[in-house]
Amino acid sequence: MATEVKQGGQDAPRTDRGPETTPSRSLEPRTLVRPGIILVLLAFVLLALPSLFSTYYVDASTQTAIYAIVALGLGVLVGRVGMVSLGQAAVLAIGAWVAARLLFATSLPFPVVLLASGLITMVLGTLVGLPALRMSGLYLALITLMLAGAITVVLATTNFPNGGHGFLGYNGSSVHIPPIRRPSAAQGDTAFFRYSVIISILMFLLVLGHLRSKPGRAWAAIRQSQSAALAAGINVTLYKLWAFALASFVTGVAGGLLAGSLHYLYSIDFQTQDSITLLAVVLMGGAYSMWGAILAGFLLQFLPQLFTSWGISPDWLTILFGVGVLQVLTTAPRGIVDQMPKDMARLGRLLMRVVRRPEPSTSGET
Amino acid sequence: MIEVSEMTVRFGGVTPLDKMSLRFERGTCGLIGPNGAGKTTFFNVLSGFVRPVSGSVTAFDEDLLKMVHYRRARWGLRRTFQTEQAIEELSVFDNVAMIHEHSKLGGGSRRQEVIDAIRFVGLDIDPDTKVGGLGAGQRRMVEVARAVVGRPRLVLLDEPAAGLPDDETEHLGNVIRRIPEHSEALTILVDHDMSLVSACCEVTAVLDFGKLLASGPTAEVLRDERVIRAYLGTEDTGEHDS
Repeated sequence: MATEVKQGGQDAPRTDRGPETTPSRSLEPRTLVRPGIILVLLAFVLLALPSLFSTYYVDASTQTAIYAIVALGLGVLVGRVGMVSLGQAAVLAIGAWVAARLLFATSLPFPVVLLASGLITMVLGTLVGLPALRMSGLYLALITLMLAGAITVVLATTNFPNGGHGFLGYNGSSVHIPPIRRPSAAQGDTAFFRYSVIISILMFLLVLGHLRSKPGRAWAAIRQSQSAALAAGINVTLYKLWAFALASFVTGVAGGLLAGSLHYLYSIDFQTQDSITLLAVVLMGGAYSMWGAILAGFLLQFLPQLFTSWGISPDWLTILFGVGVLQVLTTAPRGIVDQMPKDMARLGRLLMRVVRRPEPSTSGET
Repeated sequence: MIEVSEMTVRFGGVTPLDKMSLRFERGTCGLIGPNGAGKTTFFNVLSGFVRPVSGSVTAFDEDLLKMVHYRRARWGLRRTFQTEQAIEELSVFDNVAMIHEHSKLGGGSRRQEVIDAIRFVGLDIDPDTKVGGLGAGQRRMVEVARAVVGRPRLVLLDEPAAGLPDDETEHLGNVIRRIPEHSEALTILVDHDMSLVSACCEVTAVLDFGKLLASGPTAEVLRDERVIRAYLGTEDTGEHDS
């Protein structure tokens, strides 16, 4: 392929570029570095991490993995298609409700329940996305927030299933509430952590597959210019709904994992404003990157536990996230995952300069 | 072949196209006119972004206006925009592949056809380069590559040379001239650069105030006094002098 393009350049008038721009499609060692690093990281997370952590932090890590999926879904909407949804925490609640209901009512294997809650949430979440076809920006954000509020109200009155009968599966007078079951292979906290990480990997791969193919290209076009997308033959309506469907599916699966990890679900744990915090951390982490989703999950679920163990109230995080979003929006629109390596490189250069210079003229850096 | 008859477009009190009729046979055709003459509105009608009040468009024996806008790319309609719309997040390859995969028109491997289109416009860069890092001229060529990939039947170029330096305009002209032989598409070029229009188009039509002012071989049209007057805006005094 590469040589063909070069030939093409020769009969064209502009051949001002030298051979250094030869396309590198082949699997050079350089292109294998990234997957290699990811594999090592995954092996570390799956094998070594649980033994380094206490149960407290293993649980926090499980939540981090689960919320990374939620952030991933929101990242698709905000970062890839440019649709700001403030309803994703409510979509997560729907996923958790459906999964809990199925886990109590049936003896289906856990993965099947995850799949089912993903699919059912996908249908409902796509309905949440319907307003996106008519509006965008602030109005879409507002409408999805209202929808999220409505869902929260409904959940507050129906409550989460707790082993009762009927469609709602809620028994208000029950004294001995049975826990929501976990997969038989992952009963313990460490096993369930590994299970959650593996499911998140699958969700990340699902989204990556979308981004690298036809829908990803269509979304990029829609985000930049709807007219350019239409002129390219892209059915904008279909692909916008597709994005909501994908985001809702992964969020529904995350809801299923959440049900299993917590054992008990209470409607008070799902607040409308969680969606706003979610958007804030997704923007902070980096809505355009898959790594940003992992960072968002960490900020949202791991950091509060760290704060608690340090004796600081996690409520301070709201302020921290506010400052973080401000910082990101003004100086690093692509998020922390994009900014960190650049800052590190800059710091490295700065340190090198300080080290090389014999007399410390700038005393502050070291 | 494209035939437009009696097309009227109204935006409130403004009538950008007023019973405009136009006919282009084949090859690369120019469409010129002063600012606000209705050229871009005409393109937007063909793209399906603007719905005309009345009139019809027959392109290659099909009623273009009946088609849903996003289906028109599949039919073979391509366009570039006045403000260039190459998708920054995507690579050069993906920009072109994006159109190809939504407009399947017969055989040929996608990869090959996309590479062919990139090669055709003379883009001598790694197809995996992100468009966001390219210069204005290269982005224009990415847009042109998108317009010629697959099997286009009708290519609309809306001021492709706007803002380009002379050498890049010349290169663009060379590419535009070769579009008909590359894809057998009818190309309509809107531009204010008369040397580019003269170099590329055998026939040219002139719009003024939403109406067809003149149409015919480019050299003749550009010498037409009514056309000169429309551009210079000396309608009354010009009449007496000549």
